[in-house]
Amino acid sequence: MASPWFKFSSPATFYPLAGKMIPWFAGAAALLTLAGLVIGLVAAPTDAQQGDAYRIIFIHVPAAWMSMFLYVVMAAWSAAGLGFNTRLSAMMAQAIAPTGAVMTFIALWTGAFWGRPTWGTYWAWDARMTSELILLFLYLGVIALRNAIDDPRRADRACAVLALTGVVNIPIIYFSVHWWNTLHQGSSVSLTKAPAMAAIMLTGMLIMALAAWFYAIAATLARVRSIMLERERGTAWVASLREVRNA
Amino acid sequence: MAATLALAPERHDAPAWPAIRWAIARDLKLALRSRAELGVQLLFYVIVASLFPLATTPERGMLALIGPGVLWVAALLASLLSLPRLFAGDYADGTLEQIALSPYPLAALVSGKIIAHWLTTGLPVVLLAPLVGLQYAMDGEALAVLASALLIGTPILSLLGAIGAALTLGLRASGSLLALLVLPLYVPVLIFGAGAVEAARTGLGASAHLSLLGAGLLVACVGAPFAAASAVRIALD
Repeated sequence: MASPWFKFSSPATFYPLAGKMIPWFAGAAALLTLAGLVIGLVAAPTDAQQGDAYRIIFIHVPAAWMSMFLYVVMAAWSAAGLGFNTRLSAMMAQAIAPTGAVMTFIALWTGAFWGRPTWGTYWAWDARMTSELILLFLYLGVIALRNAIDDPRRADRACAVLALTGVVNIPIIYFSVHWWNTLHQGSSVSLTKAPAMAAIMLTGMLIMALAAWFYAIAATLARVRSIMLERERGTAWVASLREVRNA
Repeated sequence: MAATLALAPERHDAPAWPAIRWAIARDLKLALRSRAELGVQLLFYVIVASLFPLATTPERGMLALIGPGVLWVAALLASLLSLPRLFAGDYADGTLEQIALSPYPLAALVSGKIIAHWLTTGLPVVLLAPLVGLQYAMDGEALAVLASALLIGTPILSLLGAIGAALTLGLRASGSLLALLVLPLYVPVLIFGAGAVEAARTGLGASAHLSLLGAGLLVACVGAPFAAASAVRIALD
């Protein structure tokens, strides 16, 4: 365990490091959001087919990407927590879940607002929307299981088993929903293949995706610091923290 | 029967098959001692399925269209309702702890319990489905496809459900929590199961759906007992 990689696997050493990293990631997220919104709302031209409604992709697509990515990250931390029995891994998994759920919700909500002017309906049983909805249920299941278990160590491992079961199922769910949707062609709306995107739109979207990524990191780190304080409140390192002594 | 297992020599390479057989026999015996409970669960399936025509329409064409989906949703709910039987009783009286302490692999013992659970709750639903399907004006071929899809699909429900049942052991409001954990995982089974009947009806043939259900069953057989066994261990300590 002499490897420097394990130095920060202890809450006592990771807590100050996370505190130092949060301003950088939050600042980068704010700057990138500003840049992305200027490009997306001002610089990018109005779409010929969808009008200004398409501008929702600058929020919608990054949120949808992050929602799926964060579940995999959460499952990876869960696997690490089960495999190495490290407290911090489980705390990271716990901290990621609400951000992931929020991203999923934003993706669904903005998708509904985009669908109304474009498809003429807030909700269609499109394959991507349906699997995103099920992803939201999976996130909420992990959060609810966490809240139902009083013992944090039991909650860590139970949520890890659930997250790993979910991550195995996600491709199957996506595939099954996709196939179900293509068989039911009666639906009046369909996600037609998007026309090749103008370079400036793509730039704006990628910048916003980066912003969402940095935001997720900053929010997760902030949350994991709170979780550490709550769960390690009986320990000496928490008692010796300046913010705890002065409180 | 617990005594015979406890007398088995302490070995870490204790074989899996006797453990599976023992768990099946024990859980079947216990289940058959409370036949009324099994009957109530089956009745639940029939009643849920009978509500849909009342809520929608008695028109035969429409019923034949929604029938497979309704019967599958009812099967999902019946499975969900019966999941607490799997571990909760043994957990409450301490038997589960003794089972986990035995030298036999816990995943094998859990597999046996899952098989017994399916035999007592899944199989009756499969056998009853064609009868209930007649209420939905489904023809012979659709009924046969529905029964075979349920035959392959309901074991997956028991296998996946076992993970959720073990994770929620002894928790507050475990029933509704179990629904939140398990129903999203049931979605592919529902889609392929109900899709098989739909595909047979539209002339596409049900074999693709049934093959996918079979593949899902194999994957669940390999993975779910181990996940459920580790969930049982988590619940016990």
